[in-house]
Amino acid sequence: MISNDWVQIAIYIIALVAITPLLGSFMARVFEGEHHLLSTPLGWLERGVYRASGIDAKEEMGWKTYAWTLLAFNVLGFLTVFLLQIFQAYLPLNPQQMPNVSWHLAFNTATSFMTNTNWQSYGGESTMSYLTQMLGLAVQNFVSAATGIAVMLAITRGIMRRSTNSIGNFWVDLTRSTIYVLLPLSIILALALVSQGVVQTFSSYVEAHTLEGAKQVIALGPAASQIAIKQLGTNGGGFFNVNSAHPFENPTPISNWLEMFSILMIPAALTYTYGLMVKSRRQGWVLFIAMLLLWLGGLAFSLYGEYATNPVFGTSAMMEGKETRFGVVNSILWSVSTTAASNGSVNAMHSSLSPIAGGVAMFNIMLGEIIFGGVGAGLYGMLTFVLMTVFLAGLMVGRTPEYLGKKIEKYEIAMIIVAILLPSICILVGSGIACILPAGLSSLASKGPHGLSEILYAFSSAAQNNGSAFAGLNANTVFYNVLLGLCMWVGRFAVIFPILAVAGSLAAKKYAPPSEGTFETDNWIFLVLLLAVILIVGALTHLPALSLGPVIEHFLMLRGVTF
Amino acid sequence: MKTWITGLRVLLVLTVLTGGVYPILVTGLAKLAWPFKASGSFVEKNGEIKGSLLIAQKFEKESYFWPRPSSVDYNAAASGGSNLGPTSADLQKNYQERAKAGLSNDFLFSSGSGLDPHISPQAARIQMDRVVSARGFTVAQRNDLTKIVDESIEDRDFGFLGEPRVNVLKLNLEMDHHFLNKEP
Repeated sequence: MISNDWVQIAIYIIALVAITPLLGSFMARVFEGEHHLLSTPLGWLERGVYRASGIDAKEEMGWKTYAWTLLAFNVLGFLTVFLLQIFQAYLPLNPQQMPNVSWHLAFNTATSFMTNTNWQSYGGESTMSYLTQMLGLAVQNFVSAATGIAVMLAITRGIMRRSTNSIGNFWVDLTRSTIYVLLPLSIILALALVSQGVVQTFSSYVEAHTLEGAKQVIALGPAASQIAIKQLGTNGGGFFNVNSAHPFENPTPISNWLEMFSILMIPAALTYTYGLMVKSRRQGWVLFIAMLLLWLGGLAFSLYGEYATNPVFGTSAMMEGKETRFGVVNSILWSVSTTAASNGSVNAMHSSLSPIAGGVAMFNIMLGEIIFGGVGAGLYGMLTFVLMTVFLAGLMVGRTPEYLGKKIEKYEIAMIIVAILLPSICILVGSGIACILPAGLSSLASKGPHGLSEILYAFSSAAQNNGSAFAGLNANTVFYNVLLGLCMWVGRFAVIFPILAVAGSLAAKKYAPPSEGTFETDNWIFLVLLLAVILIVGALTHLPALSLGPVIEHFLMLRGVTF
Repeated sequence: MKTWITGLRVLLVLTVLTGGVYPILVTGLAKLAWPFKASGSFVEKNGEIKGSLLIAQKFEKESYFWPRPSSVDYNAAASGGSNLGPTSADLQKNYQERAKAGLSNDFLFSSGSGLDPHISPQAARIQMDRVVSARGFTVAQRNDLTKIVDESIEDRDFGFLGEPRVNVLKLNLEMDHHFLNKEP
């Protein structure tokens, strides 16, 4: 590594720390319904949405109403995207005359975008019409991100409110997140990306006559608007097949920096928003630091792996699957961030990374997308581990655990265990099934441990709603489309429902004032315990599987073995 | 039931907003401010589109600079990487064959998109000898070409972001323009 590599890493981290309080305090004002920067210019739009949809913004919901409303809205989104795909040939804005999408791919894709996963078994430029991308996929990019924020707001209110049944109004949370946060940021980012060369056009693909006299058909589309929200909403679904490695999706190092920064920006800032909402900025910073440390750990391992010599090739910092303009450091910064944050966009092919860097990407996902994580989803995921830590600390000293003045009891812990276990069960059982069925094995592109990694990565990516892939795997089969689609449903709603149940249960509780024996959650001791719990739970669950994939591949690589 | 109807209405309103107004607004502003870039950075010559400055096209003739290997054969309607892993025998074979051809660096490995428009400055210089002999250049012409290659090197953005690089299509156009007096 050269000094310039370190400069790029340092600037990324400094910018992330700097934006957190700025954007975080803005979002807190938005979500608390206070006056903020955009309430005058955009307030009419928020009220217009309520009026047009017949929403009473003052209505409060209990956790069950909140959860079923959220589910209904998501199911409707799923159906819309599903129908748009299976009928796209008959619909307008399809200049390339893309045929209708198969039912299983449509099921997988609709699930994928509705759950903020954005796993793609297809190549965008060769499968989806402009209309499907715009009205189906891009819209879900917005509302699935806003759904994540809504759940995070609900659990935060659950912690703060006392002796009440209500945890907020889903429609209001959804609307405010979309109109004041996601939409304005997307407009700015989309235009910045066009200024770098990202395409934004409705014209059909262009046929070029190359200098050597051959013909080259070049795919186009309204890409910039979709790419902006795909990065900001931790969605990650590319407009083109190779996602942000495509020069039309990410043409320069500047566009790369903006896109890469957008991955972590909102999830990081939400920790500050959380701190403000629970009336203790320290609580927010503790979560931020926990996330940053885990991220740095992953980055360090990945850089080591990528810059160490691969004895099979006798070279290091291999450029396979990477783009010249980004180089190795930006590819690794991206791979660590996108897997930490449940984004899943890529600017280099993860399958071609060194075993350690590919393994870190997988481990980040397996931890549950809590290292900054998805917008909203990362924070409520992290809170499950916070409550688990508080609970374990309570066991150690033998007293009922509390968190921010709320007693954490059997019901909460049971729900949290469901939220932590179910996605992991999907990963391990799903991979297990794929490993024994011909339908699972026939899709593999690689032999040896890398083949297992392809399967393991796919199920991790689906069950934890990430969306990136070891893309050699041919996932566009009935087997993978259906099974991975089911994992995405579980990974999303088997976490959201327990979290909302906890939110409802906590909201109903009385405030328990802190006493001498209260375990404080805003100091270094708690931070260390929290990190330990995250790593122990993650390692115990997933290291056995990882050791058969990237770990063993690393050691075989050191001996020069190929497959 | 009321929830479902409200849900449908919200979805409709937000679809109009984020799936209709938003992309159309961005398209309009983009076309006003950056018409060339928004529509694909296409280079025209005699009214014919020769390619996009951002998309690698296939160069096989010895008289041109070549882009990085592409696992999709420079198909700009179906981008893709090789996805070959760090212990792949196929990748090892490709690598050894490319290494035999005397190429180096980024040239030994296929790009992520299959459409990488850039090569490293080193990869451009390595190709000079081939281009010079294919074109039968004199020493003076060779010096001209050296100058053109040097000028085609783009530095890191702001001096620190990304990597130094050479745009292959731009370089080839510039070379044709200079030596064959063809309009780029």
